[in-house]
Parts: sequence; C-alpha cells; structure tokens
Amino acid sequence: MEFWLTQAFNGISYGAMLFLLGSGLSLVFGVMRIVNLAHGSYFLLGGYVGLTTVSRTKSFPLALLSGALSVALIGLGMERLFLRRLSRQSLPQVLMTMGFALVFQDLGLLVWGGDPYTLAVPAFLAQSVQAGPVFVQFYRLFIIAVAFAVGIVLWVFLERTRAGASIRATVDDAEMAQGVGINVPLVSAGVFALGAFLAALGGVVGAGFIGVYPGLDFEVLPYAFVVVIVGGLGSLPGVVVGSLLVGLLDNFGKALFPELSYFTLFAPMALILALKPTGLFGKR
Amino acid sequence: MTWRRAIALAACAALLVGAPPFLPPYALTLLTQILIYAIFAMSLDLLLGYTGLASLGHAAYFGIAAYVVAIMTTQHQASFWACLGAALLAACAAAAVFGLVAIRATGVYFLMITLALGMVTWGLAFRWVSLTMGDNGISGIARPSLSSGLSFARPLPFHYLSLVAFLIAFGLLSLIVRSPFGLSLQGIRETERRMRALGYDVWLHKYVAFILSGAFAGLAGAMWAYYDGFVSPVEIHLVTSVETLLMVALGGPGTLVGPVLGAGVIVLFKNLLSIYTKRWLLILGLVYIGVIVLAPKGIVGAVRGAR
Repeated sequence: MEFWLTQAFNGISYGAMLFLLGSGLSLVFGVMRIVNLAHGSYFLLGGYVGLTTVSRTKSFPLALLSGALSVALIGLGMERLFLRRLSRQSLPQVLMTMGFALVFQDLGLLVWGGDPYTLAVPAFLAQSVQAGPVFVQFYRLFIIAVAFAVGIVLWVFLERTRAGASIRATVDDAEMAQGVGINVPLVSAGVFALGAFLAALGGVVGAGFIGVYPGLDFEVLPYAFVVVIVGGLGSLPGVVVGSLLVGLLDNFGKALFPELSYFTLFAPMALILALKPTGLFGKR
Repeated sequence: MTWRRAIALAACAALLVGAPPFLPPYALTLLTQILIYAIFAMSLDLLLGYTGLASLGHAAYFGIAAYVVAIMTTQHQASFWACLGAALLAACAAAAVFGLVAIRATGVYFLMITLALGMVTWGLAFRWVSLTMGDNGISGIARPSLSSGLSFARPLPFHYLSLVAFLIAFGLLSLIVRSPFGLSLQGIRETERRMRALGYDVWLHKYVAFILSGAFAGLAGAMWAYYDGFVSPVEIHLVTSVETLLMVALGGPGTLVGPVLGAGVIVLFKNLLSIYTKRWLLILGLVYIGVIVLAPKGIVGAVRGAR
C-alpha cells in the first residue's frame, strides 16, 4: 500500500511538471502544426536562467518570472525571424528547430558549464512531512499547485477571453480563422511565445526538483511529445490527462519493469498515433 | 545517361578505388565514415526524396542492425555473413512492423509517428540493460574476417569492404529509383491522389519503399558497428535521425548523389570542426539553420539552379 501511494504521489507531481512542459507544446502544435524539437531547450534554458536569478537575488518568485519571460522572448524571436517563413513546411521546420536546439544546448554549456545544479528552493518548500504511510515533500505539492494554477489560468484564458477564442479558432481551422478576420500570424507568434513561457516555467520549477544539467533538454523532449500525443494535439484537457497518465506510467514503469520502462511509455504513444492520430482528446 | 555523366561516374569510381592506399590514416577513416553515412543517407532519401515521406525515426533501423552485429559478434562469435544477414533481417522486420503503424499517416503526423517509433526503439536500447548494456553500450566488436582467411581488421581492407557495401547500395538504389516501381514512388510523391485514381496501390508502394529504406539503413548500421567497434543508444537517438535528414536536405533530396554529398560534408564538418573548436555543436546548429535559410533545395538543387 505504501509503495502504491508513494509512487502515485510521485507520479502525479511529476505529471504536474510535465503538464507545464507539455501544455505549451500542445498549443504550439495545435495552432502551427509544427514539430518543435527546441521545446526541451526552453525547459533547460528556463531552468538555467532561474538558477542564475536565485543565486544573484535569492528570490524564488523572481526566478520563476525571469526564467519564463526571458525564454518567451527567445521563442518570440525564433518564431518571428525564422519559423514564420517556413509556414506549413514540416521538414524544414524540424531541421530549423533542431538547429536551434543544438545552438541552445551549446550556449547552455558555454554559459553554465557542464556541472549539474539544483535550484535552491525557499526553506518552507524544502520541508517534508510523514502523512500516514506516505513521505510528502512540500516541493512536490508546490509543483502540483503551480500546475493547477497555470491550468486554471490557461483554461479561463482560452475559454473566456477574445484572444483565447482566436487561438481556439486557429486550432480548429487556421484558414477559416484568417478568413473571418483573425490575425493568424499574430496568434501564432503569441502562442509560440506562450509555449516557450510555459516550458521555461516548467524548467524553473523542475530545476528545484530534478535539477538542471546539460542533456536535460533532449531528456525531457520525448516526455513532452508523449504527453501531447497521448492527450491530443492542441487540446488543454488532453494535456491534463496526458501528463497525469505519463507521470504515473513513468513512475510505475520505472519501479515495476525498469528494463521496459521507456517501452511502456513510448509504445502506447505510437499505438495511439496509429489508431487515432489526433490523440485521445484531439478533434481531428 | 549522358556521356558526361558516365565519365564523371567512372572518374569518381576510379578515385574511390585507387586513392585509398595513398591517403594518410586519418583521411582514410574519415572516408570510410563518409561511405557508411552515405549509405544511411541514401536509404533515407528513398523515403524522403523519392516517396515524399519524411521519417524522424530512421536511426531505428540503423541502430537495430548495429546492435544485432554487436550482440552476435561479442556474445556468440558469429561469422560476418551470419551477422550481416541477421542485421539486415532485423532491420527489415522492424521496418515491416513500424511501416504497418506509420504508413497510414501523412505529413506532420507521419513525422510524429516515426518520431514515436524511433523513441520506442531508443528506449529499449537505453533501458533493456541485460540485452544492450544500456547507456554504457556494447564495445569490443571485432572487425570481420571471412572463413577464407581474408581479414578486414586493418583500416585499408575495411575501407574497401565499406566501399563495396556503398557501391552495392548505390547500384541497387539506382536500379530501384529508375524502375517502374521507383517511378511510381515519385508519382506518389507528386500527386498521391492521381496515382490512386490511376489504380496504383499507393499504400503497398509506400510500404515496400519503407521496408527497402529500412534494409539499406540496416546495411549502414551493420557496417557502422564493425567500423566503430562500439554501439550505444546514441546510434538510435532522435539526434542521429535528424542529422541524417540534414544530410539529405543539405545534399539534395530526390537524387542519390545529393545524400552522398550531404553525408560527406556533415561527416567532414563534424570531425574537422571538433578538432579546431569546442563550439562545434553551436556551429553545427547554425549549419542546420543556414541550410534551411540559404539552400532549401540542397547542394544539387543549387547547382542545377545555377546552370
């Protein structure tokens, strides 16, 4: 019982971090149909910027903000200057984003070196309590809370605001959206920046949890894709379900069948893609 | 084939056969690497350039074949022909299974599904430690020797073995893309709907191309395992798949010479650059971006455009 509860708690909190990582990728894919291989790099860069901010200012909230915002600007620049001209050309887009992923990887190495770091989290989050059979780390609860808050804000934004409606319309049919007067290029740029913002926020949060180190970018990238594909491309409820499923599957997989743990994660993704290419919750 | 083309090909072949004994050791190993990667890039081009299917998981077949060679030579001391046969069979089998899953999808969904299948394979190599030694990889793969006593252990004989593999792959692929089957593939690339209306079994054409492509990737993977003497999950990683896409895109998709050129440029670039600078990854990243911005049709396309 203790094993199941602990693994479930760990899985859910890991899933919460994956939600931050995956929600941005899902939105970007939904609007632009782009396979962004640099999405893991946003997570990594966010973690690094957060790390530097904490070591300079000792402020954790500031780290969250600076990491997410600076990487959002990077994403905005990438979209406006490079990806825009490749609209709907999937292969050049993939190669372009791979190029950026390599550049970011090397810049990360250049600036922050090759050592692994863990972000120092505020003292009250570093505590843990024994709740019945489960050892509860406050920081894991905090991640769940952040993901929950971000999820609510995103949902309200997408469902209740005009900008959100424009995004949803573009996800459904970009051509029609353009036709009825929605500024699709503006929506694309905004969503791309938002996607980078969310991934980087996940990176700062993750830096206090799994740490930040070279290679993290390509380590989390597959998870982002699994979450998005399982849940459905461009669907927020899909990402919630996808990230929880993947978080749990990953934790139980690693604990129960360590040799097949990636297989138990990626094989369902391939199967879902084959049977329902738009994911469990995707519309088309 | 025009005369000029024939002469150029003959000159290339003569150079490839005649030059290696006179090359310094480092240049020879680079040339061997180029030949092996050229096979790999050509195999991908059969899908990407001729059939119009961009695979993001092509390293799977390369890696599977490499692992088969690694496991069979280090644990079972199997002969060269047994290893090669098993490696090709394994790559074909994997492509046959993955093809069933992937072929239905088109465009960006094909990218995603091949990405997923590549990750499945990579995940197995990474985690199935009892079989693959996980992240440590399998080392100590001996270069092959034939029962007749012919050994390919030294760099020069091994280079000629790679050259033979390359020439066979180039020859067979040339025949395939010029055959009625190959022309149908190019028809599917241009307008799938019309080919379907003309009564072609589009799915079957794509499926066969997918398996053939996997088989040639397997040939490259088997040669790579022998060349490097070491196999690790890196061989199957997404980065390897994308790098091969870059080779094809850089050289010129839809030609066989293009991927060879692309493989040559990228292999030379990576090896030489890493001698002179620690920042080669950054520069490689800029190459990716530069190729897309400056030469969207690849080297061959740029040359043809200049004429």
